[in-house]
Amino acid sequence: MQMTGAQMLIEALRLEGVTHVFGYPGGAVLNIYDEIYKQTHFKHYLTRHEQAAVVAADGYARSSGEVGVAIVTSGPGFTNAVTGIATAYADSTPMVIISGQVPTGLIGTDAFQEIDAVGISRPCTKHNYLVRNAAELPRIIKEAFYIAKSGRPGPVHIDIPKDVTAEEAAFVYPGEIKMKTYNPTYKGNLKQIKKAAEAIGKAKKPVFYIGGGAVLSDAGELVLEMLKATGIPAVETLMALGTVPHDNPLRLGMVGMHGSYAANMAMSEADLMIALGARFDDRVTGKLSEFAKHARIIHVDIDPSSIGKIVDIDYPIVGDLKNVLEEMIPEVKQTVNPERYETWRNTLKRYNEIHPLGYTDSDAVIKPQWVVEEVGRMLGDKAVVSTDVGQHQMWAAQFYPFSYQRQWITSGGLGTMGFGLPAALGAKVANPEKTVINFTGDGSILMNIHDLMTATEYRIPFVNVILNNNYLGMVRQWQTMFYQNRLAESVIDMQPDFVKLVEAFGGVGYRVTTKQEFREALEDAIKQDRIAMIDVVVNRDEHVLPMVPTGGALYNMILTDKEK
Amino acid sequence: MRDERRVISVVTLNEHGVLSRISGLFAGRGYNIESLTVAPIPGTEYSHLSIETEGNERVLEQIVKQLHKLIPVLKVTDHDKETVVEKEMALVKIPMSEAIADVEALCRAYNGSIVNTGDDVFIVMVADEPKRVKNFIHVIQKYHPKEVVLSGVVAIER
Ligand SMILES: Cc1ncc(C[n+]2csc(CCOP(=O)(O)OP(=O)(O)O)c2C)c(N)n1
Repeated sequence: MQMTGAQMLIEALRLEGVTHVFGYPGGAVLNIYDEIYKQTHFKHYLTRHEQAAVVAADGYARSSGEVGVAIVTSGPGFTNAVTGIATAYADSTPMVIISGQVPTGLIGTDAFQEIDAVGISRPCTKHNYLVRNAAELPRIIKEAFYIAKSGRPGPVHIDIPKDVTAEEAAFVYPGEIKMKTYNPTYKGNLKQIKKAAEAIGKAKKPVFYIGGGAVLSDAGELVLEMLKATGIPAVETLMALGTVPHDNPLRLGMVGMHGSYAANMAMSEADLMIALGARFDDRVTGKLSEFAKHARIIHVDIDPSSIGKIVDIDYPIVGDLKNVLEEMIPEVKQTVNPERYETWRNTLKRYNEIHPLGYTDSDAVIKPQWVVEEVGRMLGDKAVVSTDVGQHQMWAAQFYPFSYQRQWITSGGLGTMGFGLPAALGAKVANPEKTVINFTGDGSILMNIHDLMTATEYRIPFVNVILNNNYLGMVRQWQTMFYQNRLAESVIDMQPDFVKLVEAFGGVGYRVTTKQEFREALEDAIKQDRIAMIDVVVNRDEHVLPMVPTGGALYNMILTDKEK
Repeated sequence: MRDERRVISVVTLNEHGVLSRISGLFAGRGYNIESLTVAPIPGTEYSHLSIETEGNERVLEQIVKQLHKLIPVLKVTDHDKETVVEKEMALVKIPMSEAIADVEALCRAYNGSIVNTGDDVFIVMVADEPKRVKNFIHVIQKYHPKEVVLSGVVAIER
């Protein structure tokens, strides 16, 4: 059938099963928006900034496992989107981002709103395309979706010149994609899997090190089966939270810079580390020469370039975690007797008793950690939790009782302030039946505040909980600890009235200074069918602890405020 | 880990933008490109690149893996010395005032010849193993070359 490029795009999105699109129009995408106006297959959400459109699509994708889709215009529309694209890239979110471009004939002339979009997105996408004619558009869209969700997922960017959206060509949508040059390995090498299973059977102090790949591969159930079959304790990275439920006895908690004592010690003392979809990020390893000194390492990852990038691996297994675990579980059942690790488990349990994750609560002031715990007590597994970036993010990671994968949505790799609100918006669109909570800071919340309007316009109710410390708290913490408390530009004395602000956007706001007020506010907020914001005045000087100072060994944690 | 010189062959779809993906990968990750040659593989939709680079074992392994990760890349071969034939070409412009017979003899020793003569200058070409070409460039200095152009290394597996 003959179609214009713009019609092809709509038809292709329909064929890909896309039901929700986030975007912002402009000159170069007018033809596309005209077709969006005419169609009924998907709902388009107009965000108030292109970054928010991309992040909302990201939150949608992370919380649902579907491919997120965002559409932006050329030039500034695209450059506004870049932070969102880079954020998705750093955490391997499957997304397709479509941008308009000036007409083909004007490319390279510094035309109005022209920017070399594929040049900019190249290092922060899994792949990108500049479409040259309408005839190749169907194949490109099909490939883009395929690439975005296969292998190690990631954002794919398609830049479409305006004339291509008007040009007519035959629409032939490929049924299946076979690319000679792109063929991710899904099945792990069975020999390697057997060897790994033997190594697990021989280890005395093994530990599972679970990363975001466990979420991306939807391998949660198999991970738990693996834990159960082996009796081996597990640490999780920031990106993996939710994989091992909070009440699982084998869970040691989060690992890394703000990881629990038991988790970091387990990594440091283990004689065998079994990395499942984790990538040895510097925030996890601490000082490399001291990292996992006594351990041999099994590393399962779908991305060969993740293996051996940071540390040498004794048992590399390239494959999809789900497939690999399916094969590995029967093997470990042969080689492993869970009793074997009893002493090791007890050692770690003792570590957890000596230095549990904790804080000193108070009734005079609200402690930020208490807020997270209280939300956890009140909502638990009923809420999907997003965050911004800073201290509040770490407290949410440490103290929220997560129960399942995709319950936790945070910008881990890039650490993008401003992520929380649009991500929560996308998560709520994907999970209308769930309560969505965005833990945020008084700094971060202002970075995409305009998108309160989107939430109001489309009646997307969720609750923003500002842990308001009048600081760029995480920056302030580093300045206090490592810069003799010289608080350069981290003190936020000037703040909007957050209650009035959210009201101005059509939402409901609360400012609370006591625990009781907080409880009442939250109870009221979750009943609202509109956007809510609870401005919680918390103890200003709280530190995220434990902390491994940058460049320090993972086992050298600052555990209490007195040590700093 | 010691730095090593290595030639890496890449077979990639011959599509627009692919060279910038590859050079961008090197630039963005701080990897070194000593030389890079590229040309279509006759009768196919692919191009062959020879990239001469330097790095320690971990860096070289990452280079290979990252290249492989690029969607249009079909094949990456990291050549170690035994299995590869490497050649490089040099064009050198020499003033007519120099002893042309001597230069010609020298070129012959490096698999080369005089390829062009003009009023003021003549041009010689040599094609040989990269190490020998380097040596040639050193020796030819005696004849006051006005310009030297190297092709970069091309490599093929034995
Ligand atoms: C876009 C962006 N700019 C700057 C930073 C650096 N940064 C990391 S945490 C932080 C402070 C965040 O403050 P706030 O949102 O109030 O959270 P808090 O740490 O107080 O909980 C800053 C500035 C960042 N991560 N992202």
